[in-house]
Amino acid sequence: MGVEKTYAEINARIKSGQAVVVTADELITIVKEKGLSQATREVDVVTTGTFAPMCSSGAFLSLGHTTPRMKMQKVWLNGVPAYSGLAAVDAYIGATEVPEDDPLNGNYPGEFRYGGGHVIQDLVARKPIRMKALAYGTDCYPRREIDTTITIDSINEATLFNPRNAYQNYNCAVNLTDRIIYTYMGMLKPRLGNAHYSTSGQLSPLLKDPNFQTIGIGTRIFLGGGIGYIAWHGTQHFPSIQSVDGKDLGPAGGTLAVIGDLKQMSPRWLVGTSYLGYGATLSVGIGVPIPILNEEIARYAAATDEELFAPIVDYGDDYPSMKPGNLGFISYADLKSGEITVNGRKTKTAPLSSLPRAREIASTLKNWILECQFLINEPVQLLPSPTDGLKSNTLKG
Amino acid sequence: MSPKRIVLYFNADTSDKPMIYRLVKDYDLIINIVKANVNPQKEGTMVLEVEGEQSIQGLDYLRNLGVKIEDLNKEIVHNEEKCVMCGACTAICPTGALKLERPSMEVSFNGDECVVCELCIKVCPMKAMEVSL
Repeated sequence: MGVEKTYAEINARIKSGQAVVVTADELITIVKEKGLSQATREVDVVTTGTFAPMCSSGAFLSLGHTTPRMKMQKVWLNGVPAYSGLAAVDAYIGATEVPEDDPLNGNYPGEFRYGGGHVIQDLVARKPIRMKALAYGTDCYPRREIDTTITIDSINEATLFNPRNAYQNYNCAVNLTDRIIYTYMGMLKPRLGNAHYSTSGQLSPLLKDPNFQTIGIGTRIFLGGGIGYIAWHGTQHFPSIQSVDGKDLGPAGGTLAVIGDLKQMSPRWLVGTSYLGYGATLSVGIGVPIPILNEEIARYAAATDEELFAPIVDYGDDYPSMKPGNLGFISYADLKSGEITVNGRKTKTAPLSSLPRAREIASTLKNWILECQFLINEPVQLLPSPTDGLKSNTLKG
Repeated sequence: MSPKRIVLYFNADTSDKPMIYRLVKDYDLIINIVKANVNPQKEGTMVLEVEGEQSIQGLDYLRNLGVKIEDLNKEIVHNEEKCVMCGACTAICPTGALKLERPSMEVSFNGDECVVCELCIKVCPMKAMEVSL
Protein backbone atom coordinates (compact mmCIF):
# COMPACT_ATOMS: atom_id res chain seq x y z
CA MET A 1 0.00 0.00 0.00
CA GLY A 2 1.48 3.31 -1.09
CA VAL A 3 1.21 6.71 0.49
CA GLU A 4 -2.28 8.19 0.98
CA LYS A 5 -2.64 11.85 1.95
CA THR A 6 -5.74 13.93 2.69
CA TYR A 7 -6.57 17.52 1.74
CA ALA A 8 -6.57 18.37 5.47
CA GLU A 9 -3.06 16.97 5.92
CA ILE A 10 -1.77 18.86 2.88
CA ASN A 11 -3.36 22.13 4.02
CA ALA A 12 -1.93 21.65 7.51
CA ARG A 13 1.52 21.31 5.97
CA ILE A 14 0.94 24.46 3.86
CA LYS A 15 -0.11 26.40 6.98
CA SER A 16 2.92 25.22 8.94
CA GLY A 17 5.26 26.17 6.10
CA GLN A 18 6.35 22.56 5.56
CA ALA A 19 4.54 21.76 2.34
CA VAL A 20 6.56 20.71 -0.68
CA VAL A 21 5.09 22.45 -3.72
CA VAL A 22 6.58 22.01 -7.18
CA THR A 23 5.58 22.81 -10.74
CA ALA A 24 4.61 19.97 -13.09
CA ASP A 25 7.95 20.49 -14.88
CA GLU A 26 9.81 20.09 -11.59
CA LEU A 27 7.78 17.00 -10.62
CA ILE A 28 8.94 15.28 -13.82
CA THR A 29 12.56 15.85 -12.85
CA ILE A 30 11.95 14.66 -9.27
CA VAL A 31 10.25 11.46 -10.47
CA LYS A 32 13.13 10.77 -12.87
CA GLU A 33 15.71 11.29 -10.12
CA LYS A 34 14.03 9.67 -7.12
CA GLY A 35 11.35 7.41 -8.49
CA LEU A 36 7.57 7.69 -8.26
CA SER A 37 7.15 6.36 -4.68
CA GLN A 38 9.67 8.75 -3.19
CA ALA A 39 8.26 11.67 -5.22
CA THR A 40 4.74 10.86 -3.98
CA ARG A 41 5.94 10.84 -0.36
CA GLU A 42 7.85 14.12 -0.73
CA VAL A 43 5.60 16.28 -2.89
CA ASP A 44 2.31 17.69 -1.54
CA VAL A 45 1.09 19.85 -4.42
CA VAL A 46 1.93 20.13 -8.11
CA THR A 47 1.11 23.37 -9.93
CA THR A 48 0.17 23.63 -13.59
CA GLY A 49 -0.43 26.52 -15.99
CA THR A 50 -1.79 27.51 -19.34
CA PHE A 51 -2.12 30.84 -21.15
CA ALA A 52 -3.95 30.79 -24.44
CA PRO A 53 -6.95 32.18 -26.33
CA MET A 54 -10.14 30.83 -24.74
CA CYS A 55 -13.18 32.00 -26.68
CA SER A 56 -15.89 30.83 -24.29
CA SER A 57 -15.09 33.57 -21.82
CA GLY A 58 -16.90 36.64 -20.60
CA ALA A 59 -17.90 38.73 -17.62
CA PHE A 60 -21.14 39.48 -15.82
CA LEU A 61 -21.30 43.17 -14.98
CA SER A 62 -23.80 44.80 -12.67
CA LEU A 63 -23.61 48.40 -13.76
CA GLY A 64 -25.51 50.21 -10.98
CA HIS A 65 -28.82 52.04 -11.19
CA THR A 66 -29.35 55.35 -12.95
CA THR A 67 -31.49 58.31 -11.91
CA PRO A 68 -34.25 57.95 -12.95
CA ARG A 69 -34.17 54.16 -13.13
CA MET A 70 -33.61 52.34 -16.39
CA LYS A 71 -34.19 48.73 -17.49
CA MET A 72 -31.38 48.42 -20.00
CA GLN A 73 -32.40 46.52 -23.10
CA LYS A 74 -29.32 47.13 -25.25
CA VAL A 75 -25.88 47.87 -23.81
CA TRP A 76 -22.62 48.75 -25.57
CA LEU A 77 -19.18 48.95 -23.96
CA ASN A 78 -16.65 50.85 -26.09
CA GLY A 79 -19.00 50.09 -28.98
CA VAL A 80 -19.10 46.35 -28.31
CA PRO A 81 -22.59 44.97 -27.59
CA ALA A 82 -23.08 43.28 -24.21
CA TYR A 83 -25.98 40.88 -23.69
CA SER A 84 -28.51 42.52 -21.40
CA GLY A 85 -31.44 40.14 -21.46
CA LEU A 86 -31.06 39.95 -17.70
CA ALA A 87 -32.30 42.14 -14.85
CA ALA A 88 -32.38 45.94 -15.24
CA VAL A 89 -28.69 46.84 -15.07
CA ASP A 90 -27.00 43.46 -15.47
CA ALA A 91 -25.11 42.56 -18.65
CA TYR A 92 -22.73 39.89 -19.93
CA ILE A 93 -19.84 40.93 -22.14
CA GLY A 94 -18.69 37.97 -24.22
CA ALA A 95 -15.07 37.65 -25.37
CA THR A 96 -15.84 37.17 -29.07
CA GLU A 97 -18.42 39.94 -29.48
CA VAL A 98 -17.43 42.65 -31.98
CA PRO A 99 -18.82 46.13 -32.71
CA GLU A 100 -21.81 46.24 -35.06
CA ASP A 101 -19.84 48.45 -37.47
CA ASP A 102 -16.84 46.09 -37.63
CA PRO A 103 -16.22 45.17 -41.29
CA LEU A 104 -15.85 41.53 -40.14
CA ASN A 105 -14.69 39.34 -43.03
CA GLY A 106 -16.27 41.74 -45.55
CA ASN A 107 -12.72 42.96 -45.98
CA TYR A 108 -11.18 39.47 -46.02
CA PRO A 109 -9.26 38.55 -43.99
CA GLY A 110 -10.84 40.74 -41.30
CA GLU A 111 -8.64 42.18 -38.57
CA PHE A 112 -11.07 42.10 -35.61
CA ARG A 113 -8.93 44.60 -33.76
CA TYR A 114 -11.30 45.25 -30.87
CA GLY A 115 -13.90 42.98 -29.32
CA GLY A 116 -15.33 41.77 -26.02
CA GLY A 117 -11.99 40.33 -24.93
CA HIS A 118 -10.39 43.73 -25.36
CA VAL A 119 -13.21 45.35 -23.35
CA ILE A 120 -12.51 42.87 -20.53
CA GLN A 121 -8.78 43.63 -20.65
CA ASP A 122 -9.46 47.39 -20.60
CA LEU A 123 -11.89 46.96 -17.70
CA VAL A 124 -9.41 44.96 -15.65
CA ALA A 125 -6.67 47.49 -16.56
CA ARG A 126 -8.95 50.04 -14.84
CA LYS A 127 -9.30 52.10 -18.01
CA PRO A 128 -12.44 54.19 -18.49
CA ILE A 129 -15.00 52.46 -20.71
CA ARG A 130 -17.67 54.33 -22.67
CA MET A 131 -21.03 52.79 -21.87
CA LYS A 132 -24.20 53.36 -23.85
CA ALA A 133 -27.60 51.80 -23.24
CA LEU A 134 -31.09 51.96 -24.68
CA ALA A 135 -34.38 50.96 -23.10
CA TYR A 136 -38.07 50.98 -24.00
CA GLY A 137 -39.14 52.50 -20.68
CA THR A 138 -41.57 51.16 -18.12
CA ASP A 139 -43.54 52.72 -15.28
CA CYS A 140 -40.91 51.58 -12.79
CA TYR A 141 -37.90 52.07 -15.11
CA PRO A 142 -38.76 55.16 -17.19
CA ARG A 143 -35.33 56.20 -18.51
CA ARG A 144 -34.72 55.34 -22.16
CA GLU A 145 -31.09 56.07 -22.83
CA ILE A 146 -27.72 56.77 -21.29
CA ASP A 147 -24.23 57.60 -22.61
CA THR A 148 -21.66 57.62 -19.84
CA THR A 149 -18.27 56.36 -18.69
CA ILE A 150 -17.68 53.50 -16.29
CA THR A 151 -14.65 51.87 -14.75
CA ILE A 152 -14.39 48.49 -13.08
CA ASP A 153 -14.38 50.29 -9.73
CA SER A 154 -17.44 52.42 -10.47
CA ILE A 155 -19.73 49.45 -11.16
CA ASN A 156 -21.11 47.11 -8.51
CA GLU A 157 -19.96 43.69 -9.57
CA ALA A 158 -17.69 42.37 -12.30
CA THR A 159 -17.57 38.58 -12.29
CA LEU A 160 -15.55 36.68 -14.84
CA PHE A 161 -17.51 33.59 -15.78
CA ASN A 162 -16.05 31.51 -18.57
CA PRO A 163 -18.26 28.61 -19.65
CA ARG A 164 -15.44 26.72 -21.40
CA ASN A 165 -11.75 27.19 -20.66
CA ALA A 166 -8.55 25.19 -20.32
CA TYR A 167 -9.24 22.57 -22.99
CA GLN A 168 -7.50 19.41 -21.84
CA ASN A 169 -5.82 18.86 -25.19
CA TYR A 170 -6.14 20.38 -28.63
CA ASN A 171 -5.69 19.64 -32.30
CA CYS A 172 -2.48 20.33 -34.12
CA ALA A 173 -3.87 22.29 -37.08
CA VAL A 174 -2.56 22.03 -40.64
CA ASN A 175 -3.84 23.03 -44.06
CA LEU A 176 -3.84 20.50 -46.92
CA THR A 177 -5.49 22.84 -49.45
CA ASP A 178 -3.74 25.04 -52.02
CA ARG A 179 -4.78 28.35 -50.47
CA ILE A 180 -3.96 30.25 -47.28
CA ILE A 181 -6.65 29.84 -44.65
CA TYR A 182 -7.36 32.02 -41.61
CA THR A 183 -8.62 30.06 -38.63
CA TYR A 184 -8.88 30.23 -34.86
CA MET A 185 -5.65 28.22 -35.03
CA GLY A 186 -3.98 31.13 -36.80
CA MET A 187 -2.96 31.60 -40.41
CA LEU A 188 -2.30 28.22 -41.98
CA LYS A 189 -0.18 28.19 -45.12
CA PRO A 190 -1.17 25.94 -48.03
CA ARG A 191 0.11 22.41 -48.59
CA LEU A 192 1.22 21.77 -45.00
CA GLY A 193 3.13 25.07 -44.88
CA ASN A 194 2.98 25.19 -41.07
CA ALA A 195 1.44 23.36 -38.11
CA HIS A 196 -0.06 25.17 -35.11
CA TYR A 197 -0.82 23.70 -31.69
CA SER A 198 -2.23 25.20 -28.54
CA THR A 199 -1.53 23.65 -25.18
CA SER A 200 1.39 23.92 -22.79
CA GLY A 201 1.80 20.12 -22.95
CA GLN A 202 3.28 18.66 -19.77
CA LEU A 203 2.42 21.86 -17.87
CA SER A 204 -1.23 21.99 -18.97
CA PRO A 205 -3.76 21.57 -16.11
CA LEU A 206 -6.15 18.93 -17.45
CA LEU A 207 -3.43 16.84 -19.12
CA LYS A 208 -2.12 16.21 -15.60
CA ASP A 209 -5.31 14.79 -14.07
CA PRO A 210 -6.81 12.78 -16.94
CA ASN A 211 -9.40 10.98 -14.83
CA PHE A 212 -10.46 14.04 -12.80
CA GLN A 213 -9.39 12.49 -9.52
CA THR A 214 -8.66 15.87 -7.89
CA ILE A 215 -10.25 18.54 -10.12
CA GLY A 216 -13.88 19.38 -9.40
CA ILE A 217 -16.48 21.95 -8.46
CA GLY A 218 -15.00 24.37 -5.95
CA THR A 219 -11.33 23.73 -6.80
CA ARG A 220 -9.50 26.99 -6.09
CA ILE A 221 -7.35 28.08 -9.05
CA PHE A 222 -5.17 30.84 -10.49
CA LEU A 223 -7.53 32.72 -12.82
CA GLY A 224 -6.60 35.80 -14.81
CA GLY A 225 -3.88 36.74 -12.32
CA GLY A 226 -6.18 36.46 -9.31
CA ILE A 227 -7.97 33.70 -7.47
CA GLY A 228 -10.86 31.90 -9.09
CA TYR A 229 -12.78 28.68 -8.76
CA ILE A 230 -13.92 25.83 -10.94
CA ALA A 231 -17.69 26.31 -11.18
CA TRP A 232 -18.66 23.26 -13.20
CA HIS A 233 -17.36 21.17 -16.04
CA GLY A 234 -16.97 23.29 -19.15
CA THR A 235 -19.30 23.13 -22.13
CA GLN A 236 -18.36 20.33 -24.53
CA HIS A 237 -16.72 18.42 -21.65
CA PHE A 238 -16.30 15.01 -23.29
CA PRO A 239 -13.22 13.56 -21.63
CA SER A 240 -11.58 10.47 -23.06
CA ILE A 241 -8.24 8.71 -23.17
CA GLN A 242 -6.78 8.70 -26.69
CA SER A 243 -5.26 5.46 -27.89
CA VAL A 244 -3.96 3.90 -31.07
CA ASP A 245 -3.41 0.13 -31.29
CA GLY A 246 -3.77 -0.14 -27.53
CA LYS A 247 -1.12 2.53 -26.84
CA ASP A 248 -2.22 5.24 -24.39
CA LEU A 249 -1.67 8.65 -26.02
CA GLY A 250 -2.90 10.72 -23.10
CA PRO A 251 -6.23 12.39 -22.43
CA ALA A 252 -8.36 14.78 -24.48
CA GLY A 253 -11.76 16.42 -24.40
CA GLY A 254 -12.11 17.73 -20.84
CA THR A 255 -12.93 21.41 -20.21
CA LEU A 256 -13.57 23.72 -17.25
CA ALA A 257 -16.15 26.36 -16.45
CA VAL A 258 -14.44 28.90 -14.19
CA ILE A 259 -15.53 31.88 -12.14
CA GLY A 260 -13.87 34.66 -10.18
CA ASP A 261 -14.02 38.31 -9.14
CA LEU A 262 -12.72 40.30 -12.13
CA LYS A 263 -11.84 43.21 -9.85
CA GLN A 264 -8.85 41.31 -8.37
CA MET A 265 -7.52 40.05 -11.72
CA SER A 266 -4.86 41.56 -13.95
CA PRO A 267 -4.57 42.77 -17.57
CA ARG A 268 -1.36 40.74 -17.84
CA TRP A 269 -3.40 37.55 -17.56
CA LEU A 270 -6.58 38.54 -19.45
CA VAL A 271 -5.45 39.80 -22.82
CA GLY A 272 -7.69 40.92 -25.69
CA THR A 273 -6.74 38.88 -28.75
CA SER A 274 -7.41 39.21 -32.50
CA TYR A 275 -7.23 36.35 -34.96
CA LEU A 276 -6.85 37.51 -38.54
CA GLY A 277 -9.81 36.40 -40.63
CA TYR A 278 -11.44 34.70 -37.64
CA GLY A 279 -12.42 37.04 -34.85
CA ALA A 280 -11.76 38.63 -31.49
CA THR A 281 -11.27 36.65 -28.31
CA LEU A 282 -9.61 36.68 -24.89
CA SER A 283 -6.39 34.99 -23.82
CA VAL A 284 -6.79 33.67 -20.30
CA GLY A 285 -4.20 32.55 -17.78
CA ILE A 286 -5.24 29.56 -15.69
CA GLY A 287 -3.31 27.48 -13.17
CA VAL A 288 -4.73 24.50 -11.32
CA PRO A 289 -3.07 22.95 -8.24
CA ILE A 290 -3.06 19.16 -8.07
CA PRO A 291 -2.78 17.71 -4.56
CA ILE A 292 -0.62 14.59 -4.61
CA LEU A 293 -2.96 12.34 -2.62
CA ASN A 294 -1.46 9.07 -3.83
CA GLU A 295 0.97 7.47 -6.25
CA GLU A 296 -1.53 7.18 -9.10
CA ILE A 297 -2.24 10.93 -9.03
CA ALA A 298 1.51 11.60 -8.95
CA ARG A 299 2.10 9.30 -11.89
CA TYR A 300 -0.43 11.14 -14.05
CA ALA A 301 0.83 14.56 -12.90
CA ALA A 302 4.34 13.50 -13.96
CA ALA A 303 3.33 12.68 -17.55
CA THR A 304 5.90 14.11 -19.96
CA ASP A 305 5.69 15.81 -23.34
CA GLU A 306 6.88 12.49 -24.83
CA GLU A 307 3.79 10.73 -23.41
CA LEU A 308 1.14 13.33 -24.31
CA PHE A 309 -0.15 13.51 -27.88
CA ALA A 310 -2.24 15.83 -30.04
CA PRO A 311 -4.23 14.73 -33.08
CA ILE A 312 -3.15 16.38 -36.36
CA VAL A 313 -6.21 17.79 -38.14
CA ASP A 314 -6.65 19.38 -41.58
CA TYR A 315 -8.38 22.73 -41.14
CA GLY A 316 -8.58 23.25 -44.91
CA ASP A 317 -11.31 20.72 -45.51
CA ASP A 318 -11.74 18.02 -42.84
CA TYR A 319 -12.42 20.33 -39.89
CA PRO A 320 -14.90 22.72 -41.56
CA SER A 321 -16.80 19.84 -43.18
CA MET A 322 -17.01 17.88 -39.88
CA LYS A 323 -15.17 14.91 -41.33
CA PRO A 324 -14.17 12.54 -38.51
CA GLY A 325 -10.64 11.20 -38.06
CA ASN A 326 -7.24 12.82 -38.24
CA LEU A 327 -3.84 12.68 -39.95
CA GLY A 328 -2.24 10.85 -37.01
CA PHE A 329 -1.04 11.79 -33.54
CA ILE A 330 2.07 13.76 -32.61
CA SER A 331 3.72 14.12 -29.20
CA TYR A 332 4.14 17.48 -27.50
CA ALA A 333 7.87 16.79 -27.40
CA ASP A 334 7.87 16.70 -31.21
CA LEU A 335 5.55 19.70 -31.48
CA LYS A 336 7.80 21.77 -29.21
CA SER A 337 10.91 20.77 -31.21
CA GLY A 338 9.86 23.16 -34.01
CA GLU A 339 9.46 20.66 -36.84
CA ILE A 340 7.25 17.61 -37.44
CA THR A 341 6.54 15.31 -40.37
CA VAL A 342 2.96 15.08 -41.65
CA ASN A 343 2.00 12.91 -44.62
CA GLY A 344 5.72 12.40 -45.24
CA ARG A 345 6.41 16.14 -45.44
CA LYS A 346 8.41 18.19 -42.95
CA THR A 347 6.63 21.25 -41.61
CA LYS A 348 7.42 23.99 -39.09
CA THR A 349 5.42 24.01 -35.85
CA ALA A 350 4.41 26.98 -33.74
CA PRO A 351 2.34 27.28 -30.57
CA LEU A 352 -0.58 29.65 -30.00
CA SER A 353 -0.37 28.99 -26.27
CA SER A 354 2.45 30.81 -24.47
CA LEU A 355 4.78 28.39 -22.71
CA PRO A 356 6.79 31.16 -20.97
CA ARG A 357 3.52 32.54 -19.54
CA ALA A 358 2.33 29.03 -18.56
CA ARG A 359 5.58 28.52 -16.66
CA GLU A 360 5.12 31.88 -14.96
CA ILE A 361 1.61 30.87 -13.84
CA ALA A 362 2.78 27.52 -12.44
CA SER A 363 5.59 29.18 -10.49
CA THR A 364 3.35 32.05 -9.28
CA LEU A 365 0.77 29.57 -8.01
CA LYS A 366 3.55 27.58 -6.35
CA ASN A 367 4.73 30.72 -4.53
CA TRP A 368 1.20 31.63 -3.43
CA ILE A 369 0.85 28.18 -1.84
CA LEU A 370 4.32 28.29 -0.26
CA GLU A 371 3.51 31.72 1.19
CA CYS A 372 0.25 30.31 2.58
CA GLN A 373 -1.88 32.74 0.54
CA PHE A 374 -3.64 29.89 -1.21
CA LEU A 375 -4.98 26.67 0.31
CA ILE A 376 -6.13 23.60 -1.61
CA ASN A 377 -9.93 23.19 -1.76
CA GLU A 378 -11.39 19.73 -1.70
CA PRO A 379 -13.96 19.73 -4.53
CA VAL A 380 -17.64 19.59 -3.61
CA GLN A 381 -18.00 17.14 -6.48
CA LEU A 382 -15.45 15.85 -8.98
CA LEU A 383 -16.00 16.53 -12.68
CA PRO A 384 -17.23 13.76 -14.99
CA SER A 385 -14.34 11.49 -15.98
CA PRO A 386 -13.73 9.44 -19.16
CA THR A 387 -15.56 6.48 -17.60
CA ASP A 388 -18.76 8.54 -17.34
CA GLY A 389 -18.92 8.31 -21.13
CA LEU A 390 -20.23 11.81 -21.95
CA LYS A 391 -20.73 12.06 -25.70
CA SER A 392 -21.12 14.97 -28.08
CA ASN A 393 -24.36 15.69 -29.95
CA THR A 394 -24.43 17.37 -33.33
CA LEU A 395 -27.05 19.81 -34.50
CA LYS A 396 -29.45 18.69 -37.19
CA GLY A 397 -30.47 21.07 -39.91
CA MET B 1 22.36 59.57 -56.35
CA SER B 2 22.50 57.25 -53.37
CA PRO B 3 21.56 53.62 -53.87
CA LYS B 4 17.92 52.62 -53.53
CA ARG B 5 17.07 49.93 -50.96
CA ILE B 6 14.45 47.43 -52.06
CA VAL B 7 13.08 44.04 -51.07
CA LEU B 8 12.41 41.34 -53.64
CA TYR B 9 9.85 38.61 -52.90
CA PHE B 10 10.22 35.48 -55.04
CA ASN B 11 7.66 32.79 -55.48
CA ALA B 12 8.65 29.15 -55.77
CA ASP B 13 8.86 29.31 -59.60
CA THR B 14 11.07 32.37 -59.94
CA SER B 15 13.64 31.71 -57.26
CA ASP B 16 16.04 29.75 -59.48
CA LYS B 17 16.55 32.28 -62.32
CA PRO B 18 19.89 34.19 -62.64
CA MET B 19 18.32 37.61 -62.18
CA ILE B 20 21.15 39.41 -60.47
CA TYR B 21 23.43 38.49 -63.37
CA ARG B 22 20.91 40.02 -65.79
CA LEU B 23 20.58 43.20 -63.72
CA VAL B 24 24.35 43.70 -63.82
CA LYS B 25 25.01 42.58 -67.40
CA ASP B 26 21.95 43.85 -69.28
CA TYR B 27 21.07 46.93 -67.25
CA ASP B 28 24.53 47.92 -66.00
CA LEU B 29 23.38 48.25 -62.39
CA ILE B 30 25.56 48.31 -59.30
CA ILE B 31 24.05 45.76 -56.94
CA ASN B 32 24.78 45.19 -53.29
CA ILE B 33 23.01 42.18 -51.80
CA VAL B 34 22.28 43.18 -48.20
CA LYS B 35 20.60 39.93 -47.26
CA ALA B 36 19.16 36.99 -49.13
CA ASN B 37 17.05 33.99 -48.34
CA VAL B 38 16.67 32.13 -51.60
CA ASN B 39 16.30 28.40 -52.09
CA PRO B 40 15.36 26.38 -55.18
CA GLN B 41 11.59 25.77 -55.54
CA LYS B 42 10.79 27.78 -52.42
CA GLU B 43 9.48 31.25 -51.70
CA GLY B 44 12.36 33.61 -51.03
CA THR B 45 13.32 37.16 -50.20
CA MET B 46 16.28 39.41 -50.95
CA VAL B 47 17.20 42.91 -49.81
CA LEU B 48 19.21 44.85 -52.40
CA GLU B 49 20.86 48.22 -52.78
CA VAL B 50 20.52 49.21 -56.43
CA GLU B 51 22.33 52.03 -58.25
CA GLY B 52 22.47 52.88 -61.96
CA GLU B 53 20.82 54.84 -64.77
CA GLN B 54 18.72 51.91 -65.95
CA SER B 55 17.41 50.92 -62.51
CA ILE B 56 13.77 51.52 -63.51
CA GLN B 57 14.13 49.24 -66.54
CA GLY B 58 15.98 46.65 -64.47
CA LEU B 59 13.24 46.53 -61.86
CA ASP B 60 10.59 46.29 -64.57
CA TYR B 61 12.46 43.26 -65.90
CA LEU B 62 12.16 41.65 -62.44
CA ARG B 63 8.47 42.49 -62.16
CA ASN B 64 7.85 40.86 -65.55
CA LEU B 65 9.35 37.68 -64.16
CA GLY B 66 6.80 37.73 -61.33
CA VAL B 67 9.04 39.17 -58.62
CA LYS B 68 7.26 41.45 -56.15
CA ILE B 69 9.30 44.55 -55.30
CA GLU B 70 8.86 46.95 -52.41
CA ASP B 71 10.86 49.89 -51.15
CA LEU B 72 12.58 49.30 -47.86
CA ASN B 73 11.88 52.48 -45.98
CA LYS B 74 10.19 51.00 -42.95
CA GLU B 75 11.26 48.76 -40.14
CA ILE B 76 9.42 46.34 -37.90
CA VAL B 77 9.49 46.73 -34.14
CA HIS B 78 8.75 44.02 -31.60
CA ASN B 79 6.71 45.57 -28.76
CA GLU B 80 7.82 43.40 -25.86
CA GLU B 81 5.27 44.98 -23.52
CA LYS B 82 2.41 43.67 -25.63
CA CYS B 83 3.99 40.37 -26.70
CA VAL B 84 2.83 37.39 -24.62
CA MET B 85 5.41 35.06 -26.19
CA CYS B 86 2.76 32.80 -27.70
CA GLY B 87 4.78 32.05 -30.80
CA ALA B 88 1.93 32.32 -33.33
CA CYS B 89 4.17 34.43 -35.64
CA THR B 90 7.13 32.08 -35.69
CA ALA B 91 6.02 29.59 -38.34
CA ILE B 92 4.66 32.45 -40.49
CA CYS B 93 7.76 34.68 -40.60
CA PRO B 94 9.40 33.78 -43.94
CA THR B 95 12.97 34.66 -42.96
CA GLY B 96 13.25 33.32 -39.41
CA ALA B 97 13.65 36.85 -38.02
CA LEU B 98 10.93 35.91 -35.52
CA LYS B 99 11.73 32.64 -33.84
CA LEU B 100 11.30 30.65 -30.66
CA GLU B 101 14.41 30.32 -28.55
CA ARG B 102 14.79 26.83 -27.13
CA PRO B 103 14.44 25.66 -24.43
CA SER B 104 12.99 28.94 -23.08
CA MET B 105 10.34 29.02 -25.87
CA GLU B 106 10.50 32.81 -25.78
CA VAL B 107 9.91 34.73 -29.00
CA SER B 108 12.95 36.63 -30.26
CA PHE B 109 13.07 39.16 -33.09
CA ASN B 110 16.21 39.82 -35.10
CA GLY B 111 15.73 42.97 -37.19
CA ASP B 112 18.76 42.09 -39.34
CA GLU B 113 16.89 39.07 -40.70
CA CYS B 114 13.63 40.98 -41.31
CA VAL B 115 12.60 41.94 -44.84
CA VAL B 116 9.53 43.96 -43.76
CA CYS B 117 7.00 41.67 -45.44
CA GLU B 118 4.61 42.72 -42.63
CA LEU B 119 3.00 39.29 -42.29
CA CYS B 120 3.68 39.39 -38.54
CA ILE B 121 1.84 42.72 -38.30
CA LYS B 122 -1.25 41.00 -39.63
CA VAL B 123 -1.07 37.70 -37.81
CA CYS B 124 0.11 38.76 -34.34
CA PRO B 125 -2.96 38.13 -32.14
CA MET B 126 -1.83 40.75 -29.60
CA LYS B 127 -0.84 43.40 -32.20
CA ALA B 128 2.62 43.37 -30.67
CA MET B 129 4.46 43.77 -34.00
CA GLU B 130 4.55 47.36 -35.19
CA VAL B 131 5.76 49.25 -38.26
CA SER B 132 8.12 52.13 -37.67
CA LEU B 133 8.58 54.59 -40.55
